[in-house]
Amino acid sequence: MSHEHEYVSNTSRIWKVFGILSMVTIVEVILGILKPDALHLSYLLGLSLLNWIFYGLTLYKAYYIVYAFMHMEGEKGALRYSVVLPVIFLVLYLLFILLTEGNYIYGVFKDSTIKWNF
Amino acid sequence: MESTVTAGNSEEKTWGGGNEPMGASYGKLMMWFFIVSDALTFSGFLAAYGFSRFKFIETWPLADEVFTHFPFMHGVSAPMYYVALMTFILIFSSVTMVLAVDAGHQMKKNKVVLYMFLTILGGGIFVGSQAWEWKNFIKGEYGAIETKGGSLLQFVDKDGHRVALADFAATLPVEREQLTRNKGKWFMSEPALPTYSIAEVQAGFKAHPGLLIRTEVIYEATPETKVDAKINHDLSKFKQKTVLTREESELRLTQASYVVEGANLVRNEYGSKLFADFFFFITGFHGFHVFSGVIINIIIFFNVLLGTYEKRGSYEMVEKVGLYWHFVDLVWVFVFTVFYLV
Repeated sequence: MSHEHEYVSNTSRIWKVFGILSMVTIVEVILGILKPDALHLSYLLGLSLLNWIFYGLTLYKAYYIVYAFMHMEGEKGALRYSVVLPVIFLVLYLLFILLTEGNYIYGVFKDSTIKWNF
Repeated sequence: MESTVTAGNSEEKTWGGGNEPMGASYGKLMMWFFIVSDALTFSGFLAAYGFSRFKFIETWPLADEVFTHFPFMHGVSAPMYYVALMTFILIFSSVTMVLAVDAGHQMKKNKVVLYMFLTILGGGIFVGSQAWEWKNFIKGEYGAIETKGGSLLQFVDKDGHRVALADFAATLPVEREQLTRNKGKWFMSEPALPTYSIAEVQAGFKAHPGLLIRTEVIYEATPETKVDAKINHDLSKFKQKTVLTREESELRLTQASYVVEGANLVRNEYGSKLFADFFFFITGFHGFHVFSGVIINIIIFFNVLLGTYEKRGSYEMVEKVGLYWHFVDLVWVFVFTVFYLV
């Protein structure tokens, strides 16, 4: 292939990323087992602090998988953003709509005059 | 050599196939197209799970009470450990995959073979682990009672520990035969009967005065629930399931309509009916992706062995299948969070 951009072997980076992913998973599991009350029972914007931490760590792992393992950091900006941005936008949009709607239906069931599950 | 410069080609070149938009080859770009659409498919499933969970937020099962098994550790409640192990296996197989891609760039065939083999091994172990997880989920551990109103009742002792139906259900001398096709008058049969009848569970509950009923409802200390005489306030904790008093438990049990053991697509002993459906569908769909990933990896593995890519002068095919494999790992990271952590 003539278009080969100079490929540099980076096994050291691969192992570093593996270390990061493993550490994050271990932290997640420890938090998931202990569920410290300070995090589990305090809320921020309707979500417990513990869940915010879990989502944050998940996105942190996702970043490393896409950018290091799938080698997104080596691709051109055009490819990088045409893959990443539409997915982020559509997922946030979908989550916003569905979770709002789910929460609304919860309210409808809760305040209704008919008991549906007893 | 002539395609070294992709920008500013002559008109002829642009339409002749020498051009590579975004600097990625055709195959790689198509793999990205596929990954984006598949990512949106999974997002749709996970968002639907979130929708249903928000809709039934008060009664959704707690993950660390559902997934508590670990191989060779019977009766020990080990939440998270097994699924954490599965996550490590998948991350590690992702590492071996990216090492195979790296070795491919350096045209080291033997290294590619070794790393591809390890990747396939990891994928196989992961699918096997998932099968074991499903087995435990389907078999269930404690059993529960479904009421006429469709809610689920579980049993706890006076310390709040779960009690299995098998530990207290009475044995009544009632002959209740399973209706099978060969005994029916017409094309009649019925689903497998539960191990215990409702009457046996009710009689056993009466005979064990220490038992209490735990409902699906997640306890919250609001002014109304604090004065609710039906709730056992010592055992019900914030963000845990509500435990009822003995009197209320007995009353609630008269409403029993079905003995639930394990899980299927209709009902499950863990709580909300949709929970098992989403579990089967989302982890099943992911497991199917892992399975097909293993198959594709095996095909590429044999191509590497036969020297196909050595002859072609490029291991880009390994890179493309690697993209798919990492994507499967990426999805698992989200499934892990949504089903087991949150």
